[in-house]
Amino acid sequence: MKRRSFLKGTVASSMLGAAASAGLLTPQSVLAAWPKAAFEAKTVDGGMEAALGSSSVSESGDIKIKAPDIAENGAVVPITISTSIPDVDAIAVFIEKNPVPIACSYDLGATTKGFVSCRVKMGKTSDLIAVVRSGGKLYSAKKMVKVTIGGCGG
Amino acid sequence: MAKKKIRIRAKMKGDVTEVKALMSHPMETGLRKNKKTGEKIPAHFIQEVTCEHKGKQVIVAHWGVAISKNPYLAFKFTGAAKGDTVKISWNDNKGESASAEAKIG
Repeated sequence: MKRRSFLKGTVASSMLGAAASAGLLTPQSVLAAWPKAAFEAKTVDGGMEAALGSSSVSESGDIKIKAPDIAENGAVVPITISTSIPDVDAIAVFIEKNPVPIACSYDLGATTKGFVSCRVKMGKTSDLIAVVRSGGKLYSAKKMVKVTIGGCGG
Repeated sequence: MAKKKIRIRAKMKGDVTEVKALMSHPMETGLRKNKKTGEKIPAHFIQEVTCEHKGKQVIVAHWGVAISKNPYLAFKFTGAAKGDTVKISWNDNKGESASAEAKIG
């Protein structure tokens, strides 16, 4: 009898656990638009494919990356991406040597200019790759940033 | 718990509106360790930032852990008038969210 009630208890608690994990999953399903696969990809190409739908890019001189040549503190590297390419609908930034190369991706509205600025973390000296999508095609530009103190780990 | 705050500045220059936003958020990567206990600090970061103007999405940012603590975001768009409001909201991987509005000046 005792054993039976023990069993009942475990079944009930495991069901509770399942319900709790289901509850935990709900907020994530709301964020379906967030490209989870892109932020789990360990390579630049993989991240690009998941975030922008393709990894075939052509280099373009019309993308400007404003970032320091030498970043003293890798935890805060201010970057600005601006482009003169018309009809830009997405901009993404990749940091080649970071554990997860994709730093951010932006979906732009029809009236939004090809300009974004933000601050990123860089683990070590690496290439910064900006990718711009316009008319279904990808264009990229690169800039090397030297990091003296890394921004990942601690 | 960190204060959920977003500071927004929106300014017109000609017909272009430049919006700058500063959010307060720890942006933990999940890779850092607590030096005393050696335990990993769980990841806690903003995943999505949305800016709306007149109910239309101007920009949607998808962020990973590589964005710095207390994130900064700036962008430009056209088609707004002085006195319009822009709304910025974010949500993070723990389901927390915040939003704020500002008038374009």
